Formats: sequence, structure tokens, C-alpha cells
Amino acid sequence: MAERILTPTAESPPQTRLAADELAAGSPALIQVSDLSLFYGLNQALRNISMDIEEKVVTAFIGPSGCGKSTLLRCFNRMNDLIDGVRIHGAVRIAGQEINSPEVDVIELRKRVGMVFQKSNPFPKSIYDNVAYGLRLQGASRKSELENAIEQSLRRAALWEEVKDRLHTSGLGLSGGQQQRLCIARAIAIKPDIILMDEPASALDPLATARIEELILELKKEFTIVIVTHNMQQAARISDFTAFFYLGQLVEFGATSKIFTNPTNKQTEDYVTGRFG
Amino acid sequence: MQTYFEKELSDLKEKLLTMASHAETAVKNAIEALINRDYDLACRVREQDAILDRFEVEVDEAAIHLLAKAPLASDLRLITVAMKISQNLERVGDEASKISNRARDLAEETPLKLALEIPKMATLALQMLKGALDAFVNHDPDAARTLIPRDKEVDALNKQVYRELASHMVQNPDTVTRCLHLMVVAKSLERIADHATNIAEEVVYLYEAEDIRHTGKGITKS
Repeated sequence: MAERILTPTAESPPQTRLAADELAAGSPALIQVSDLSLFYGLNQALRNISMDIEEKVVTAFIGPSGCGKSTLLRCFNRMNDLIDGVRIHGAVRIAGQEINSPEVDVIELRKRVGMVFQKSNPFPKSIYDNVAYGLRLQGASRKSELENAIEQSLRRAALWEEVKDRLHTSGLGLSGGQQQRLCIARAIAIKPDIILMDEPASALDPLATARIEELILELKKEFTIVIVTHNMQQAARISDFTAFFYLGQLVEFGATSKIFTNPTNKQTEDYVTGRFG
Repeated sequence: MQTYFEKELSDLKEKLLTMASHAETAVKNAIEALINRDYDLACRVREQDAILDRFEVEVDEAAIHLLAKAPLASDLRLITVAMKISQNLERVGDEASKISNRARDLAEETPLKLALEIPKMATLALQMLKGALDAFVNHDPDAARTLIPRDKEVDALNKQVYRELASHMVQNPDTVTRCLHLMVVAKSLERIADHATNIAEEVVYLYEAEDIRHTGKGITKS
């Protein structure tokens, strides 16, 4: 399984395809990143990343600000296309398909790869319409069909009980934690395969954070989740695998329990123990 | 509804209680093997000690996994206490093994009508062990506190057995080996009571967040 790829600089250690050992022997990974480099103009944000992300597990990306973890996350549904001057080398395959190839419909890709952001961003619409939005774009119009799908999504996002009596009030009237769960409900309504989460709980209080974490553990039964987090304990609580990035490189990737109790790399050890830099 | 973390915590507790039940059984069987001169049972106690060793490693692994998740307050205390209780239970298993080793050797020798306090010591030590674990299960730090002074009763019995055996050895040199076996048994029971005391102290820490080790605070609350 291991395949050597380019060494980014003479000083840095050689990188190998880093895959979660325990799962490496099974079927091909859902997301396969091969020798991926990304440039914002002249600035190289990702350096020869190769990693396999498995299906229906939670994979956490950790690392200091500017290490490239969010940039890599955004590669998985081509959100970086929206930024001028971005160049990408290498491959990202999802279910075996190269997502950067010209024939890929980006809208279709983003249906399969949903995203939840740090700052909750419900549409200025009712709770009902927020969740219905993607479903309507997909052509759902029958009221009963929509209502059923909306209830299911809100239930799976652990929000239904709190909002079932006010579905037609504005989503912006909800608390921060509820808004974030509404965004998750909106993301899962269209039944994606993968949910990308970019620091989904960093703006929330501990209780709302705990609810999001519980929700993530529940959702991984059905979805593949990749989450960027600055909170290492959160990564330890919710993820099965953790990847540590530094200066655009993937330094270490493995089972979360290993990364947080006995990392292989000195840089990872220094980062998770708070001794970095 | 139980959260995932709570589920992991209750799994840890359950593992610890299963371990505790193995430890209690080991002590009971070791004493039974001694009293009934049951060579085979003594051998079985020794063999089954590996189960407790494995539990100790498993409890520690689970605890470290949980500590990485940054638990706080009572969760933090539960996990650290679980590690200490498991270590004490593993040592209880070691003492049971020592008793069964001596029981095995004694089973092949002519019986000695000595150290008649040993069954009483065993009953006391087992009551303390069971009491400490019940206090853990029942969230009862008061019950744990009341156990701690009983350690002195076991210590006193151990000294009594020691004196009795020592004077017998002087007068009957042919019984030295058997007397030494019985001394080791008594000492092991005394150590089991110490471990039960340690567990009781951990239970007080778990539920009251007060560290009463080495303070002489047994039955009374500060």
C-alpha cells in the first residue's frame, strides 16, 4: 500500500502515502489524495499530500493556523475553485473518480460532498426552507415528500424536538448551537456521502459543542466525516483517525488513539503536548 | 440518553467490576484450597492470576484512551481512580497466588493445628475488599470510610499469628517450613486488607474529592 512520493524540500523528511494502517488492507479508501500540491499564487499551501480517507469514519485534521488543513478540506469539494490564482497539482479521487477532471460537474460534486463551516450560515429563511432548499434544487416539490425529508434531516441533526413547533420561523432566530445543527440538517438533507466540517464548534459554548460532538458520532454511522479542529481534545473525543499538518505537509496520520498517546513524529508530539514552536 | 463518552465511562466501570469479581474469587479459592488442603484448586488460582493481569492492562488502556479526551471533575476522578483500583486488584490477585502456592505445598505435608486465626483474617480481609467495592458501586463514601479502621484488626491478627508461629518454630524446629508457609499466608491476607483499604480511600476521593490517604482520617469526616 505504501508508495513513496516526492520529497518537498531537501530539509524535510521524506513523505510516504500515509494511510490508517488498520483499514489499509480493506477496500479502496473513499477519498484518495495523491501527491497533492496547491498554490495560492506563488505561495505553496499544500505540499505533496498523499493520504487515504476511509468511509464512514471521522477523520480529524489538526495543526497550527496556516498549516493547510482547511485548504485540503476545501479541495474535497473544490471550494478552492472560487479563489483566484489557485493552482492544484496531483489528484483527489472520491469513490475512484478524479474530482478535478474537466468532465466533473462541480454542483454534483458538492451534492455528494457537503460542508459545514465555522460560522453557522443559515439562509435568511425559515427553518423549514433552510432544509428544503437543497431538496427543492434537486427537484423535490411534493409537500409530503419534502415534509418527511425535512423531519428526518432535523431529527438526524438532533434539532427536531427543539424546532418542530416553529418550523416556519426564521433560522436566524435560533441559538448559535441550534443554527449550526440547522446547517448540518441542511447538509444531510440532500444525502451526501461526505460531510466536511471546518471548525464546526469553535464558536459554540461547551454544552452546544458537546451536542455537536454527539451528533458527529451519530452521523458517522451513515456519512464519512472529515473535520478540521483546533481543539485537540475534541479530535480525541470524536475522531477515529487524525492527521497532523504543518507548513503545508502531512506530518503524521494514524489512529486517533495512537496520535494522542504515542505519536511517531516528534513534531506531532510537540504539537499535541502544546510545546510547539 | 447516555452520551458516547458516558457509555465509555460505564464500560470502564463494568470492566473494573468484572476484574473485582475475579479478584474476590481468587482470594476465596486460595483460602478454600488452604483450609481444605485442595492441591488442584490451589493450582487453578495460580493459573487464573493471568486473567487479573490482563484486566489491569485493559483497564489502563481504556483509562488512557479516556484521559486523552480531557475529562473533568468527577469524570476525571473516576478514570484516575479506576487505574488505581485496578492496580490494587491486580496485587490482590498476586497475594491470592502466593497463598495458593503455600496452600499447595502445605497440602502435601502433615497438617499443623496452628494459626487458627487465619480463617478469621481471611473473612475480615474479604469483607473489607467486598465492602470497598460495594462502596464504589453504591456511591457510598461513608461506607468506605467505616472500612478503613478495620485494617488494624487484620494487622493485629497478623502479629498474633506471627508470634504464635515464631515461638512454635523455636520449640519444634521440624515444623519451620510449614510455619513459614503459614506466616506468608497471614502476611498475604494482611496485604489484601491493605489493598482493600487503598480502594476504600480511592472511593472516598472519587465521591468526595477528598484525599484521605496518609492523613489518619478514616471514619470521621474532616
